[in-house]
Amino acid sequence: MPSVKTFEKTHMKKEPRGLAHSDSQEDFEETPTWAAVITVLGYALLTALGWLRDFLRNIGLEDKKTAQDPNPKDFVPLYQSYECFYTRNLYTRIRDVFNQPIASVAGATVQVMERLSTDFNWTFQFSGKKLPSINLGSYNYLGFAENCGPCSDQAMKSIETYGISSCSTRHELGTQNYMNDLESLMAEYLNVEDCIAFGMGFATNALNIPALAGKGDLILSDKLNHTSLILGARLSGAAVYTFNHNDIQDLEKRLRNAIIHGQPRTCRPWKKILIIVEGVYSMEGSLCSLPKIIELKKKYKTYLYVDEAHSIGAIGSRGRGVVDYWNVDPNDIDIHMGTFTKSFGSAGGYIAGKKSLIDHIRIYTHSGCYSASMSAPIVFQIISALSIIMGRDGTNDGQKRIQQLACNVRYFRRQLVDMGFIVYGNDNSPVVPVMIFMPAKIAAVNREMLKRGCAVVTVGFPATLLTESRVRFCISAGHTKEMLDHALKAMDEVGDLVALRYSKRNSPRRWHELNRADYDKEYF
Amino acid sequence: MGSSMTRGDIESLATDFYDLLESFKHAPVYHLSFEIFLVLAVSWLVFFRKPRPIEKKLTEKEKQELIDEWQPEPLVPSVDPNHPALNVRVLDGIVGKTVEIDGRKSLNFATFNFLNFVGKQRIADKAIQAVQKYGVGSCGPRGFYGTIDIHLELEERLARFFNCEEGIIYSYGFSTIASIIPAYSKRNDILFVDEGVHYAIQKGVEASRSHVKWFRHNDIADLERLLAEQEILDKKNPKKARSIRRFLIIEGLYVNYGDICPIQRMVELKYKYKYRIFLDESVSFGTIGQTGRGVTEYYNIDRQKIDLISSTLEYAAGSIGGFAVGSSFVVDHQRLSAQGYCFSASLPPLLAAAAIEALNIMEEENTTLFETIMDKSKRLHKKILSIKGYIVNGDEISPLKHLRLTNTLNTIGRLEEIVQFAQSRDITITVARYLSDEHRLPEPSIRLILNVEMNDEELEFLCTVLQEALVKVTT
Repeated sequence: MPSVKTFEKTHMKKEPRGLAHSDSQEDFEETPTWAAVITVLGYALLTALGWLRDFLRNIGLEDKKTAQDPNPKDFVPLYQSYECFYTRNLYTRIRDVFNQPIASVAGATVQVMERLSTDFNWTFQFSGKKLPSINLGSYNYLGFAENCGPCSDQAMKSIETYGISSCSTRHELGTQNYMNDLESLMAEYLNVEDCIAFGMGFATNALNIPALAGKGDLILSDKLNHTSLILGARLSGAAVYTFNHNDIQDLEKRLRNAIIHGQPRTCRPWKKILIIVEGVYSMEGSLCSLPKIIELKKKYKTYLYVDEAHSIGAIGSRGRGVVDYWNVDPNDIDIHMGTFTKSFGSAGGYIAGKKSLIDHIRIYTHSGCYSASMSAPIVFQIISALSIIMGRDGTNDGQKRIQQLACNVRYFRRQLVDMGFIVYGNDNSPVVPVMIFMPAKIAAVNREMLKRGCAVVTVGFPATLLTESRVRFCISAGHTKEMLDHALKAMDEVGDLVALRYSKRNSPRRWHELNRADYDKEYF
Repeated sequence: MGSSMTRGDIESLATDFYDLLESFKHAPVYHLSFEIFLVLAVSWLVFFRKPRPIEKKLTEKEKQELIDEWQPEPLVPSVDPNHPALNVRVLDGIVGKTVEIDGRKSLNFATFNFLNFVGKQRIADKAIQAVQKYGVGSCGPRGFYGTIDIHLELEERLARFFNCEEGIIYSYGFSTIASIIPAYSKRNDILFVDEGVHYAIQKGVEASRSHVKWFRHNDIADLERLLAEQEILDKKNPKKARSIRRFLIIEGLYVNYGDICPIQRMVELKYKYKYRIFLDESVSFGTIGQTGRGVTEYYNIDRQKIDLISSTLEYAAGSIGGFAVGSSFVVDHQRLSAQGYCFSASLPPLLAAAAIEALNIMEEENTTLFETIMDKSKRLHKKILSIKGYIVNGDEISPLKHLRLTNTLNTIGRLEEIVQFAQSRDITITVARYLSDEHRLPEPSIRLILNVEMNDEELEFLCTVLQEALVKVTT
């Protein structure tokens, strides 16, 4: 049976200052049993049809449309048939709703390139038409994905001064003075001693965890951690145990057992234990319970690695991530990690913490010796976005963006909840997953939303659990109230069309039935 | 007591014993076997059974003591503040043919700027136009509205440049090949890997968890030995052999050695031993071959025979990122399976625009650019060889050269001194930096990189400075 989650937590601490909201709730409403049953049946039916069609293909009644191996037949097949079963028979049916190309800046609105298929999604042709849509898919939390304004001006100027690339690694000749500027500014922003920046967020995790842990160490990783964290942990050579998502009791149990029993077989004590969590989980919209984890970390003398990829800039009254949101001391977290891709509208990632830690990473990071340093325009975009957020540009634009995002998130989330959708995650999380459960509805929701001018991201198995397909909205500070209303109206219609109002807690209501005054209060 | 026993008693005892024996005869077999089993079981219990240790669960108090006692190691060991990585040269301005360090200009023989595309106005203009249209970041992975038309254009252009069916781009050079290998090669599969491959390939190999067979750098005989060994194993277990995928992982021009891979023979062997070839052309793309298409062009090998060519945009192309080209059958799989592609933000559009313009220049220049660089590489090679005291390994036409001192003199300290001396004479060179956990750590060397726009005088000046440095270091 599908895993049915039922837990509800009330945050221990209220946000200290700034926005006027009371308790925030983390909510994962139970999947209705009937929906779970139908979802599993849906997948069973699709699989049975897949088998039938594979059989027809094998006896030659149906064309094989997949590309064929150019090597002779006696080579071992590059893919096992069962490995591509899902891609061939399930994914291809709704391939049009994934990887949709765009032809503009990925800002609050976006031009989606229309694709047509004459052969049931095996190939696509571009019609040349661009569909202007509200962008609810990009991680543009603070709205810095802009092609004009101070950030892109700085970026363009830097291309003239520094070129595109240095063609060298940080250890050789890739350290330009702007790299030092960026790192010291970021360290100041995070209120830590030092910081090091890298050219890719994914690689920041994958190439630096091996410098922090090794054989004889234990990594305790949240079950829903991002692939880059899992890859980094695997490459490090340390033992990796997972604990249930955001489950503090489970984490404590595992920590105790690990310390008491030591390493398997040899029973030697672990050299050190590293807990790896994310600030905001990108598929669940949940926030990590940082104060409790810090408590455990201190109690059991472990180290803590927090990946703030989705939370830096997007959460907290000053935009400084979950550290800011929970108002904890940044020094209680040993390793701060985050990306520049999302809130800063650029690319890359950083690691920050004590100077001794950063010096160690500077020496042992894989990317220091083996990959090109960051491109100047990428760095200047970050520096100028960061100065705006910190208020260094002499305006309050940064603070406005942070507040706008917080308002938008609550405005959007509350209405979805009140309309009877099952919405996952924390009330303040800019990632808003709405459950659709059934595989056929993935395509329906995406296509219908696009028809109504909303570009949304829909995800299903294997990115989520089999029965937990969802549509995920990422709210941006760039969204205006009109845009959000438009998206909500669209969601209202689509929810009605394909029956998405699963919630048992909130009775299904149409958008126009909601009392507008309740939500307008969110806007001051 | 014995004396009191009468004769009759003894007789009756004997009869009893006889009766007992008789009763055995009549007893059913199961009864007998059961009794024998009982006797054996009792003797085993008495003589052979080892006492089992009595398990004692830890009490809560003991557990707490263990927890209190445990002292972790520090998160990171203390670092040497004099480590070269903490004392790097900080640059200002464009890192082109010349660089500016501490306000002084010097000739640059250190960065991978083979074709001098860094700072080229044409490329900068295109990048600026891209910022004006798309902004800087792409704000999402390829799957979630991070695919921009300019990415598709670059992929198509790269495929056309290499005359392959399909291309795919990554946002980071390191993560390209490091994601590609584990996308195809799984547990139980076999990778034949050259010992001299660069670090990103080593990490890809590690992440795949496949069986790895390392052969000596550029040694075909050693590779054949491993292949023959595997063939014998396959014959023993043909059923298993039919499910083991085999891959040959090589570089076109080895970044750690500056020599070219003997790929013709490897392609011949491919059809005998049924392996697939993954060729990394990081350095050779844009530097080797009549039109810069890498070693396949240099050796005139049909590119259909190479299953996948991967490379980077961070060297000759003067941008950031990586790419792979090959048949759709092979490349398309990465779009759902290569972690560095699916789970990472896509390449910033301005970098894609710069790469497209770099390809434009390469295609327009056709042969002249590449003939010049190969020609100059040869000249530089000869010039360095003429200086007594230096060794330069690798191929003449390689624009990347590893410079070493003869035998015992070759220490990292001396090389660093040479680099410092050259810097004081306004020549920027660098010692090749590696992490200590390389599969096979190359001997220390100075990595010289030839920029195509260096003229003869400048090459001559480099050699003069190198010679002076040598004198200074050895005396």
